Amino acid sequence: MFPSSTYIEKVDFAFLFITAISAALLLLVTVLMIYFVFKYNHKKNKKAVNIHGSVPLEIFWTVVPIILVLGMFYFGWMGYSEASNPPANSMEVKVTGQMWKWTFDYPEGFSTDTLYVPQGVPVKLNLNSADVNHSFYIPAFRIKRDVLPNRENFLWFNAEKTGSFDVACAEYCGLRHSYMYTKVIVLTDSDYESWKKQKIEKSSAGQAI
Amino acid sequence: MTAHPTGVNDVSYLEYKGKHKGLMSWIFSTDHKRIGVLYLISMLTFFAVGVTFGFLMRLELIAPGPTIMDPQTYNSIFTLHGVIMIFLFIIPGLPAVFGNFFLPIMIGAKDVSFPRLNLLSWWLFLIGGLLAIVSVFLPGGPADTGWTFYIPYSVRSGTNVMPALMAAFILGFSSILTGLNFVTTVHRLRTKGMGWFKLPLFIWSLYSTAWIQVLATPIIGITLLLVVFERWMGFGIFDPALGGDPVLYQHLFWIYSHPAVYIMILPAMGVISEIIPVFARRTIFGYKFIAFSSVAIALLGSLVWAHHMFTVGMSGTAMFIFSLLTFIVAIPSAIKVFNWVATLYKGSIYTDPPMLYALAFIFLFSIGGFTGLMQGALSVNLHIHDTSFIVAHFHYVMFGGTGFGIFAAMHYWWPKMFGRKYKMRPAKVAFWLLFVGFNVLYFPMFVMGWLGMPRRYYDYLPEYTPYHRLSTIGSWILITGLIIMFYNLYSALRKGEKTTEENIWGGETLEWRAKTPPPLENFEDLPEVSEAPYEYKENDLVNEKELEEVH
Repeated sequence: MFPSSTYIEKVDFAFLFITAISAALLLLVTVLMIYFVFKYNHKKNKKAVNIHGSVPLEIFWTVVPIILVLGMFYFGWMGYSEASNPPANSMEVKVTGQMWKWTFDYPEGFSTDTLYVPQGVPVKLNLNSADVNHSFYIPAFRIKRDVLPNRENFLWFNAEKTGSFDVACAEYCGLRHSYMYTKVIVLTDSDYESWKKQKIEKSSAGQAI
Repeated sequence: MTAHPTGVNDVSYLEYKGKHKGLMSWIFSTDHKRIGVLYLISMLTFFAVGVTFGFLMRLELIAPGPTIMDPQTYNSIFTLHGVIMIFLFIIPGLPAVFGNFFLPIMIGAKDVSFPRLNLLSWWLFLIGGLLAIVSVFLPGGPADTGWTFYIPYSVRSGTNVMPALMAAFILGFSSILTGLNFVTTVHRLRTKGMGWFKLPLFIWSLYSTAWIQVLATPIIGITLLLVVFERWMGFGIFDPALGGDPVLYQHLFWIYSHPAVYIMILPAMGVISEIIPVFARRTIFGYKFIAFSSVAIALLGSLVWAHHMFTVGMSGTAMFIFSLLTFIVAIPSAIKVFNWVATLYKGSIYTDPPMLYALAFIFLFSIGGFTGLMQGALSVNLHIHDTSFIVAHFHYVMFGGTGFGIFAAMHYWWPKMFGRKYKMRPAKVAFWLLFVGFNVLYFPMFVMGWLGMPRRYYDYLPEYTPYHRLSTIGSWILITGLIIMFYNLYSALRKGEKTTEENIWGGETLEWRAKTPPPLENFEDLPEVSEAPYEYKENDLVNEKELEEVH
């Protein structure tokens, strides 16, 4: 049904689908409005004609929008279903939000303040807050989920490209809310493995001291 | 009919001398018109404060990094901007000001059902409003929680959250009393011959609104009170540290606050439905469809609250239902828009200031509605939720919609209310500045929201600078328009041309049969009604069959 494959493309498609229909309807309404205002200006059209209504027209402009919005709903729902079903083989990272920083705990036992992930591997983030509500948001990946103190939410993605992307806090959380930024850094598989190895060594060295 | 003391209806409500003199004759008056004017003055005062805060926020955001204030001040300012604009401007803007003034006149009544409750509701409004303002100056500083007061932050914040909560609580009662009065008045005080389908559409929209005010406002009242107890005594209903659930708070908050959005927009739709037939000099297209769509919005609008919480982590079933209903609630609004546009067809159109505002309403409200659809789609919502996209969306609906609706109402009814005419040229200049300024101010927020600019941000990443800068420039254009508009209306009161003309615009609803300005009891003799509103009988009539042939 979707003309594109990745999650990002699906979200963008749903957005463009709704935007295109909306823009067409807005244009129709606006052009008609302006056209009528000029065509039936009181200077040209001294006497108005009364039209009390038209049931067929009312049915037409009730049914057509219903069909259109059901289409919009469908694309939104399909994207959401994908976003809420992480693959079973996902790599899991625990994310803790607190005023005003992020902490990432890896299954190997070390933790970081920047999220490093391997390219092309599904990553599931288990989200929890140490204090107030936050929201974990990666604009480039089109994903966001609230980070709450009393429940564990999750989020997953599969990064297609390497690079560094912004992570923002999207739920207002006080004084330094707008500075609660970090990065997600997507590495190639081999880069990620060597980064991980280094981290494990460091953390076990830290424990030894 | 001379059942009243002589002279009551010889002078206008502005000149009438009752028990009290001077200021007292206003603040203790139970006349619905004087109460309407009291609301108008207090609402516009609060609006000026709210605009000032909005202006300061935009100025802060003109460049990244600290510009004119620190983050704590910014956080308080956006909180107060929200609280003031929502509870003190938009909610009372049409029902309490123009509803109070015109509802009894338009159904041919002398006053509302409970005039003393009506006065009490204004006093509560004033007390609530002053409490919100006073909280700014108390030690501890103004609340910094956002107008949504989300827990746990609102329990932890050291600022004056309590006075702000109490203010909102008291304002809720003011709103409930107004709603109660309107429901009763519409049921009991319609004049002879004024059947339900002869009611002006503004009355239909006020009636639907009044039901939401009565049914939904108590929920926010009790919820805010629970937050007060939570802060005060540690009840543990919402605070997770005490075993409560912050998501429960969000549900209760939006069960009111989403219907409240319709409290805000429905009366504005009513105003537009009044203005368009009058300035097209023809009957309205699809009266019953517009009337019932108000009721449908009131009903469906009560069932979509959780679309404010799509990122909170709800079950798939809840997500499915709330998203679907969110799309369905768009339909009655669309029906209204199509009927308004169809009403222009074959009219004899006058583009006086009220009509300009009404046409701008249709355009801006449509953009607000369409961008609402984008957020109703779940996958898209997960991206743009809590970004400046939503800020743009609700300003298009609430300001471009309701705000422009209030301005339309002011320009439509001002001469009737005060017996003075305003100048047309400055009114039109102000309109165009407002329209252009509005779009320059809010449209860039859609773009940067889609690009990932979160809302309620004191500072931002450098790539968003051009959009923020453009938006700030828009705020200057908008404010210039506001100043010209208000100065023009104000100087009309001081030195505008006096008028006693009853029917200034050629309307056919009952307020245009009352004297200008209306006397204490509105009419010498209560009018009888035999026609539906907006009949314009001298026009040629095209019935439905002929119309089908045209197409």
